[in-house]
Amino acid sequence: MGVLWFLVLAIACSIPLSYVFRAAMAQVLPHDMAIAARDMPLTAAFGILVIAVYIFIATFAPLLAPYAERTVVGTSFQPWDSTHLLGTDRLGRDMLSRLIYGARNTVGIAFATTALAFVVGSLLGIWAALRGGWLDQGLSRFVDALMAIPSLIFSLLLLTIFGTSVLTLILVIAAVDATRVYRIARSVAQGVVVMDYIEAARLRGEGNWYLIRREILPNALAPLVAEFGLRFCFVFLTISSLSFLGLGIQPPMADWGSMVRDNATLITFGDVTPLLPAGAIALLTVAVNFVVDWQLYRASGLKEQG
Amino acid sequence: MNAVLVMIAQRLALGVLTLFVVSVVIFGATELLPGDLASALLGQAATPETLAALRTQLGLNDPAPVRYWNWATGVLQGDFGVSLATRRPIADMLSARLGNTIFLALYAAAIAVPLSLVLGVLAALWRNSLFDRVANAGALSAISFPEFFVAYILIFLLSQSGFFPSLVRLTPDMELSDKLYVTFLPALTLTLVVTAHMMRMTRAAIINLLASPYIEMARLKGLSPLRIVLRHALPNALAPIINVIAINLAYLITGVVVVEVVFVYPGLGQLMVDSVAKRDIAVVQAIALIFASAYVLLNLTADVLSTLTNPRLMRRK
Repeated sequence: MGVLWFLVLAIACSIPLSYVFRAAMAQVLPHDMAIAARDMPLTAAFGILVIAVYIFIATFAPLLAPYAERTVVGTSFQPWDSTHLLGTDRLGRDMLSRLIYGARNTVGIAFATTALAFVVGSLLGIWAALRGGWLDQGLSRFVDALMAIPSLIFSLLLLTIFGTSVLTLILVIAAVDATRVYRIARSVAQGVVVMDYIEAARLRGEGNWYLIRREILPNALAPLVAEFGLRFCFVFLTISSLSFLGLGIQPPMADWGSMVRDNATLITFGDVTPLLPAGAIALLTVAVNFVVDWQLYRASGLKEQG
Repeated sequence: MNAVLVMIAQRLALGVLTLFVVSVVIFGATELLPGDLASALLGQAATPETLAALRTQLGLNDPAPVRYWNWATGVLQGDFGVSLATRRPIADMLSARLGNTIFLALYAAAIAVPLSLVLGVLAALWRNSLFDRVANAGALSAISFPEFFVAYILIFLLSQSGFFPSLVRLTPDMELSDKLYVTFLPALTLTLVVTAHMMRMTRAAIINLLASPYIEMARLKGLSPLRIVLRHALPNALAPIINVIAINLAYLITGVVVVEVVFVYPGLGQLMVDSVAKRDIAVVQAIALIFASAYVLLNLTADVLSTLTNPRLMRRK
């Protein structure tokens, strides 16, 4: 039951912390952003704070971690003490250090994958909407066919074929998720390409690349940014799940999903250590979701009637 | 009535077409292999003779359409070929596990669907109350948790103190009550993961409708809020709710993969993960086909059901 008390305590601490953080942002930021910051809900402030902390830890991992990522520094499964704050793992590596390096590896790989999926998916989607005709039909039907297969199952199938390494992992997940991004980007862009200013730009003799870059993308950016946040959560959870299953990020690289898998036996003995990396994953996705929720609410401009 | 049959027939035809395309994609994925299946299997040990022998044995010398035809007709007759790793017939490996996986998914669905409907209706009824806010924040967090995190928290809280077993051992001659008890934790994990989403969508669908004029009319008549939600809003919100339920049941299919591994549950998901690690493509293909078919069929059912609940769609000429 100690865990429950800890959770209650953590939530109780995070509320004033986000409150202070929101007030600080409203003071420090330039005028327009300060107004947005002042009016945002506490959940969103909490989300931004958590994301900032993660970015900080990932950037300065080598300075923050007390030991190296991969060296064995003790016996296996040492309990929490002053030299190893969170104990050691199955092979005797320092848990805290691996947790800190995991922020860099897990989040970094998930971010790279999402970015790749986005560049490919949104460019193809906008291009299809712009060109129309058989190209649009062909691409869209192809994407429909791929989307009829659940994404985790399809990723597992592709990983069987190409083998498991970080590079194939990134390419496979990016390819699977690009289909989802394509759908969104195409439907958003279809609303934009019928506008008069696109017609005007075409009559001026602008090329497709100019149209995508200067006319369509700026007008399709808001929904795409929100989608990026959601997509990042999905990709992050998928990669963590695959690593947990032993099919994602491979040892000896420190990664949160595989850290849970490696040390899971401790849970049955009542030790919470293996829950920490899983909690780190959960906390980041919750934070991103809170921010995306707020952005979507702002973008829709809707107020639910009471 | 005739229009309904035509509609269902159209949807079924579309479903069969989708299944065909899905099977082509799953089969065609192996064509992406650098080299071919035989060289991937043999790896370093490949000599020209063994390669040629294995190619003949696997039938790799036939052109792709012929191999697809052989594979697809075999699958339709319940013959999935043999496992590349163990050389056992895949159908034998699948039969018991398929039942276990379906049992787990149905168990979770039986708890999750009523629970999320009730919670969603209550949240819509008491919208912007404390209950609504807590339920919403809780749901948003639950969606963001990886399945294995939820599973291990449950193990930590419920299994550590000895209430429920953390490893699932199924024996064929088990009583149903024992089976329900043993599989309670995996089912609860899946329930928590899908309930959040279904609850949020139910709430959103009902609240969307509450702005309509006929709800205003019902309110002005002096009906109670509960009656307005249950008798006037809910029937019209059924179509989106059915769709969300179908999406989540389909989600259960992929969710079982991780949950089965955590609880060492003898189902299809675990077999699939093992086979991916061994790169046993034949088994992975078979399981992927089963999961994908279930996914397609669920979406098809949802499509038909949500049309049936809407009289305006039914009478459209």
